[in-house]
Amino acid sequence: MCLGIPSKIISIDGDAAIVSVGGTEVEASLQLLNDVKVGDFVLLHTGFAIEKISDAEAKETLEILKKLSYINDDTDEAQKKQ
Amino acid sequence: MEYIDEFRNAELVKMLVGKISSMATKDVALMEVCGGHTWAIQKSGIPSLMPREVRLLSGPGCPVCVTGRKYIDQAVAYSRIKDVIITTFGDLIRVPGSTSSLNLEKSKGADIRIVYSILDALKIARENPSKKVIFLGIGFEATATSSAAGMLNACKENLRNFYLFSSHKIMPPAMEALIDEGIKINGYIAPGHVSAVTGSHIYDRFPEKYNVGCVISGFEPTDILQTIYMLLKQIREEKYRVEIQYKRVVRPEGNLKAKEIIEEVFSLRDDWWRGLGVLKNSGLGLCNKYASFDAEKMIAVEVEKTIEEKGCICGEILKGLKKPNECKLFGKACTPSNPVGSCMVSHEGACAAYYNFGR
Repeated sequence: MCLGIPSKIISIDGDAAIVSVGGTEVEASLQLLNDVKVGDFVLLHTGFAIEKISDAEAKETLEILKKLSYINDDTDEAQKKQ
Repeated sequence: MEYIDEFRNAELVKMLVGKISSMATKDVALMEVCGGHTWAIQKSGIPSLMPREVRLLSGPGCPVCVTGRKYIDQAVAYSRIKDVIITTFGDLIRVPGSTSSLNLEKSKGADIRIVYSILDALKIARENPSKKVIFLGIGFEATATSSAAGMLNACKENLRNFYLFSSHKIMPPAMEALIDEGIKINGYIAPGHVSAVTGSHIYDRFPEKYNVGCVISGFEPTDILQTIYMLLKQIREEKYRVEIQYKRVVRPEGNLKAKEIIEEVFSLRDDWWRGLGVLKNSGLGLCNKYASFDAEKMIAVEVEKTIEEKGCICGEILKGLKKPNECKLFGKACTPSNPVGSCMVSHEGACAAYYNFGR
């Protein structure tokens, strides 16, 4: 029930949309969102798109992870203690 | 970007596991309170990657697991009424009630249909105007939103044969009850999709009142590992706060439209949770305005006396006090194909996830 699936909007008809879930097309309600368009990714949850997925934030998270590998937590901690 | 594989990258996983090991300097217990996290953590083998200082606990986050037998018994009673169609999410159907289950009633001829969404239940109501169609609404804020949206549609269409039997709940009171009960929790891995609806401020009281940090997490392996790392960093620095790891989906203010719909349709009421008992203002019942769609108010039914399961320790498992394999029924009398307790029924339940992936 907590399952949410990233899905791409294929077409929109009022509050109803066809979205692609890894290639499979299913119906979804856009009732809970404003300002979505064809091509956007949304999070599909029990038949409803509950939120738009932010591409910029997804990239930012991956950037943070890449940078994280260069940070030495022990050194940071040691420096703070000095 | 498809927002899945990028967050399953093996190199990032290795790096994060290393970071977690160096950040873990004292024994801590981190709890997730979302069935999706329970499943994802076991499926990706994350417990086996943790240093011995980090203990991962599964909390009361699986909707089916926290729902009481009384609710199942009442749903069973509804299913026995002539001209009633029960519509339900698939995992609820196998939950044992006091003397029956929806599955058993279905095998005896009751009209019980598994749906993916309340929208499917509305369709069944439209197609069967002479029947009463009851949707079993369980789940937390995210699922409650879809039920609320469904109710708005039923009201708009004046679908007079559609009813909701709500057992929807909200998460923060349960998270608070666990801490108040004295259960040692050093940080919460906060639910991603609940928070997509509510935003992050529903957790503000945890760092402020209890010095317990909350990090709202996504569901892929690097999401969960990054969340654990963020919580360990808060603990090491003794700076507890609410943070969002799952920023691609969750905004601090949440989904305002969804929040409005929930407030329009539901009002808070006291509710019973397996393992925790009755928690004040933790359940969502339909507002008076929607009373004519409320199964509890509109469809009179006699419900059998609740008989609790014997020997099952689901209640303690849901509080993180015991692991599934500490139950004497686990894997013997209680398996996913023959569940005794609710935690073995849903794939999101701690026992089922541990049975399938964690052993």
